[in-house]
Amino acid sequence: MKLVTGNDLATGDVVWWTGRGWTRHIAEARDAGDRAESIAREEEAARRVNVPYVIEASETPDGPRPAHIKDRIRALGPTVRPDLTLKPADPHAGDWVI
Amino acid sequence: MVDAFEVDVIDDRAHLRFRDEAAHEEPAVTLDAFLAGQSNATAVRVEPGDDARALIPMLGRIALVEVSFPSFRDGRGYSAARVLREAGYVGELRAEGDVLVDQIPLMRRCGFDSFAPRAAVDPVVLRRSLERYDHVYQKAADAAVPIWKLRHG
Amino acid sequence: MYKYDEYDQSIVDARVDEFRDQCRRRLAGELTEDQFKPLRLMNGLYLQLHAYMLRVAVPYGTLDSRQMRMLAHVARKYDRGYGHFTTRQNIQYNWIKLEDAADILAELATVEMHAIQTSGNCIRNISSDQFAGAAADEVTDPRPWAELLRQWSTFHPEFSYLPRKFKIAVIAADEDRAAMRLHDIGLQLIERDGVLGARVFVGGGMGRTPMIAPEIKDFVAADELMSYLEACLRVYNRYGRRDNIYKARIKILIHELGADKYRAEVEEEFDAVKQLGIDPPAAELARITAMFAAPAFAADDGTVADRSDPDFAVWLDQNVKPHKQPGHAIVTISLKPIGGIPGDASAEQIDVMADLAERYSFDELRVTHAQNIVLPHVRVADLKAVWEALAAAGLADANLDLISDIIACPGLDYCALANARSIPLAQKIGRRFADLDRQRDLGELKLKISGCINACGHHHAGHIGILGVDRKGTENFQLLLGGSGAEDVSLGKITGPGFDEDGVVDAIERVTDTYVRLRDTGERFVDTYRRVGMQPFKEAIYG
Repeated sequence: MKLVTGNDLATGDVVWWTGRGWTRHIAEARDAGDRAESIAREEEAARRVNVPYVIEASETPDGPRPAHIKDRIRALGPTVRPDLTLKPADPHAGDWVI
Repeated sequence: MVDAFEVDVIDDRAHLRFRDEAAHEEPAVTLDAFLAGQSNATAVRVEPGDDARALIPMLGRIALVEVSFPSFRDGRGYSAARVLREAGYVGELRAEGDVLVDQIPLMRRCGFDSFAPRAAVDPVVLRRSLERYDHVYQKAADAAVPIWKLRHG
Repeated sequence: MYKYDEYDQSIVDARVDEFRDQCRRRLAGELTEDQFKPLRLMNGLYLQLHAYMLRVAVPYGTLDSRQMRMLAHVARKYDRGYGHFTTRQNIQYNWIKLEDAADILAELATVEMHAIQTSGNCIRNISSDQFAGAAADEVTDPRPWAELLRQWSTFHPEFSYLPRKFKIAVIAADEDRAAMRLHDIGLQLIERDGVLGARVFVGGGMGRTPMIAPEIKDFVAADELMSYLEACLRVYNRYGRRDNIYKARIKILIHELGADKYRAEVEEEFDAVKQLGIDPPAAELARITAMFAAPAFAADDGTVADRSDPDFAVWLDQNVKPHKQPGHAIVTISLKPIGGIPGDASAEQIDVMADLAERYSFDELRVTHAQNIVLPHVRVADLKAVWEALAAAGLADANLDLISDIIACPGLDYCALANARSIPLAQKIGRRFADLDRQRDLGELKLKISGCINACGHHHAGHIGILGVDRKGTENFQLLLGGSGAEDVSLGKITGPGFDEDGVVDAIERVTDTYVRLRDTGERFVDTYRRVGMQPFKEAIYG
């Protein structure tokens, strides 16, 4: 599947395209398919996202999982500071990244 | 002291000029052409890879040097400008191309006194940028007195 | 240390105003990201993996308690309670919002701090020796010169759009504690016939093609140094490559032109520039130097540190160095606890260090390029109290220059450029070698980890260096041996095929075991390596 990801312009938060808007939580991201690149451009032009790009991800029971470890780290947070991630209480969150 | 400029439209492009006299009409020839003997030309265009020092023996005959900035990231033109001013050039020194408003104050310090940006520059933003810094640390090609001189006279 | 006058303050205040306007224009869509990026980089604001990252300048690594407390305040108010000290003596915050950036800079400006030119293709923070003003071996304190250069380089109108970043280091001793030879320009201050001047080295650097800077000029007097550096920069601005960012540093230019040709070009430019009156008068260096006068040291009352507590004794031996003033000592605070994050400090820890500096070190601290903090002027009589306070704050690891005193870049946990995570690897190495007796037996062993070829972890200059690479989508690590950033400067050599994370930790242990087996008495690891060569280590690693 293809996900569109980027950063929020004002806050710098990592965001994912849901099909209708942008979310910080990758579980809410949806496959943008062939429209991924044009969505990225439209959203950037409208300033609803900053420096978006398209990535490959796989469908999993827990939601989309980016193909590249860098984007998994973006999705969750630094592996060395679980307390600063989006899932501080989840002891297995780091496994999902690695 | 206000760094005053005017906006002149030349060949469909807005030029920002910090000089009193009228804009130079004659088209600029390339550096190679000028050096090769098109010596009746009084306007020369310098590309980033050109060595502007080649013009030093002929500065008296030049009324306009146009320094090209194909990409705003390529800062070679800043050195070209300053070198010409250091050598005594007093004609018009124009920055042309990918020139962004935030760069113009630095370019002024390097001796540029006219600008032909490819993309429109907001004169209000430019005015604010030019007036923002009261002081500069280093001596350059403009008349600004560096801070060390203010400290020690 | 340096204190701003009205002119210095007006510059940082105007800069805050300028950046506030640039941020407003970006948020309003008047600037594209492409146009805004060089502007925000010149204010040290990156867009990294999780948020914006702000790199605050600590000029030549020197700051006081008031500034340190402001850094803690910024961490609390605008970030997530901590900061990261870097290999260029700066501090980074990882969770910054663009909409807060101008406010942060405004607060920093109230204590004479800024983020000017901590990124971008311009002249960066001038770094220096963390023991400046305290070490007995320096010819003079290099920091007034670094301050002179800081001012000269700030918003330099000709050199703000260089081919690439430009890093300058200034030292004043034969012992190189600032990796000076691995900078774009390195200056060693020396005295010749009673005149102070600089030996100028140009063209060092790490990254994809590490190089040691050759000497370009053996002596430039203070009153011509600015002209000479202008000439050096101008030649670089003119000829530096702009077609390939991996070949754009000045080290490539010098390598391709040759040092002799570069030197000749600089001399030609220098002859012209030195006529222009751009060098400040001697009075300006004198004005700055007066602010770096030695503190009012107490006379040595002969107090000797009480070694009865064995943990304190170990810390004394490892982290405390002699001071030029009798009865005083130079303390290095380790930010490398076993299992911790190298170079990170919490806001609370930063406040503790500020308090200790104010109380025990004439209100001064230094950041080292090895990502530790120095209290430069501590009375021997106060060392015990300082250590106890550090121990209570988790800052008393006695591992200066030992294998667990790891330099590590933030790596893929934080950095958009990285190929691999460096911090978990540093933690594993620390845990493998946690036994302090074992570490002390191994002795001086500078281990440096970079998460990518940009080499922010200085891995080429590590006695043991590690480079994280991306091998078909998985993290992989190359091992290098024999580098050094000190005056015995050398570049590390790769051992052979790379490893996964656990594999490289095992490999390092085989390397250290080999060292123990082969060393002569008193020989450091790097000396043994230089004596016996790569072969025995390679055999031990790969079998």
